[in-house]
Amino acid sequence: MSTDLSPTSAKGTDQDAAPVYAQEETVLGLPKSRWPGILAPLAMGVIFLSVWEGIVRLKGIPPYILPGPGIIFQTLITDWPTLSVALWVTLRITFAALIAAVSVGVALAILFTQSKWLERSLLPYAIVLQVTPVVSIAPLIIIWVGDVNLSLLICAWIVAFFPILSNTIMGLNSADHNLVALFQLYGANRWQTLRYLRLPAALPYFLSGLKISGGLALIGAVVAEFVAGTGGSASGLAYRILESGYQLKIPRMFAALLMISMSGIAIFLATSYIAHRLLFRWHESAIKRES
Amino acid sequence: MVNSASKPSGLRPLVSVRGLSKKFSNGTLALRDVDLDLFPGEFVSLLGPSGCGKSTLLRLISDLSAPSAGTIDWPGAESADAYGKPEHSLGFVFQEPTLLPWAPTLENVTLPLRLKHMNAGEARDRAAAMLDLVGLKGFEKSYPRELSGGMKMRVSIARALVTEPKVLLMDEPFAALDEITRHKLNDDLLALWERNRFTAVFVTHSVFESVYLSQRVVVMAARPGRVMSEVMVDAPFPRDNLFRTSADYAHLCRLGSEALKAAIDA
Repeated sequence: MSTDLSPTSAKGTDQDAAPVYAQEETVLGLPKSRWPGILAPLAMGVIFLSVWEGIVRLKGIPPYILPGPGIIFQTLITDWPTLSVALWVTLRITFAALIAAVSVGVALAILFTQSKWLERSLLPYAIVLQVTPVVSIAPLIIIWVGDVNLSLLICAWIVAFFPILSNTIMGLNSADHNLVALFQLYGANRWQTLRYLRLPAALPYFLSGLKISGGLALIGAVVAEFVAGTGGSASGLAYRILESGYQLKIPRMFAALLMISMSGIAIFLATSYIAHRLLFRWHESAIKRES
Repeated sequence: MVNSASKPSGLRPLVSVRGLSKKFSNGTLALRDVDLDLFPGEFVSLLGPSGCGKSTLLRLISDLSAPSAGTIDWPGAESADAYGKPEHSLGFVFQEPTLLPWAPTLENVTLPLRLKHMNAGEARDRAAAMLDLVGLKGFEKSYPRELSGGMKMRVSIARALVTEPKVLLMDEPFAALDEITRHKLNDDLLALWERNRFTAVFVTHSVFESVYLSQRVVVMAARPGRVMSEVMVDAPFPRDNLFRTSADYAHLCRLGSEALKAAIDA
């Protein structure tokens, strides 16, 4: 808000008292304050990798015990044809599980908040699913379902869906009680209250659930594959890690591990970006005030 | 002037409250045996210490909460909905602006119309006109967080008035604002009232605010919440700073203060 005497200001709408929000300079397309958050971990990484490479070379540690970063990157490039196929398999399961987690989680959350009885009857079982280690039920699921890909998808979904469910329930219930009263006053029906009040109020909660579930879906997909231990050309990164272990191809193991970590970071950044895009106009978590 | 017999007579009340009591589930008697008539187009303030049930009375009138005993009738209402409730006839301004934080100003003001299934174009036009009326032209696209406290309250008032209600209930709407802003909003509220002539019910714990705004101050006492007395304020409208500094105003404020003190001591 400016302090010039525009007609509205002269009418005295006390707009000069409106809060001022930080407007930042951008450097290379990013706000100035974002750069330390990028550069600091980057510098840390470079130092860490250099020390690692240095120790491996100085001590002459053989690659089957601990490969240096150099040889890992090299393996990543030479083994890319195999590894990229495996990455694609893992990511496909991850995203399918995440989409399933979002749809089932949000749908159940809406059902639960519409019907207390449904919540009372079903929520305990959702919690049972959440607290049972997926490793312990994965073999059963694989036996029952038969199809390996579908089994992996179910396992990853079990791990990923609970944060979405629980956060969305909390969000749907957290609408301002005066706004709920206002909707009641205007005779809003359930659908209108859901559409115009409860769902938008739940959005920040849902999105923080999504950030957690994105990472969990990947973990679920990898862990389930470890348990399934399926080989063949259609296997994911977890199987490539197991296989490399058996064959003492340790650099390849690291390369696959690196790809899993990078995927996790990419998923986190993507969900954070989505959350920021959806919330930056209005939610406190996405706003910077000038002090 | 402290006199409950000098209500406007010969007029049919718009809202008629008889023997209204409200007991909360924890046993608190929030209101006991309240009688109150609201006449078309009048400006009434409910004045009293905290805990006297002013806000509870508003919530009962707006049907947000059910009375334990007594009745609230709308003898003056012209149309009623399927449940016998008068339609489109209430606006409510809370102590907080209570806006949808994710929606721009204009969308916040169109909300009541959208909930009544008015078509989007017409709702937008009416909301824009209402925003202009409360002095917020040009802020249609601003989000609530970009507005000051006073501006947010203006949006809240615009939203309450956009359905052209017969009754506007206000629950200490300006309590959180600074005095300068409050005076300005008092004046603007009176201008809106003189223009649209809705029945205004204004809850406050400020004697000065209640006398400045209203034609009738209903003084309430706490524990249990009840109506103690009424102060008629028959100073003419429009009221402005001249009235605020007049001897009449000072005199009426003293009467109000005495009535309030009597209510607190009762």
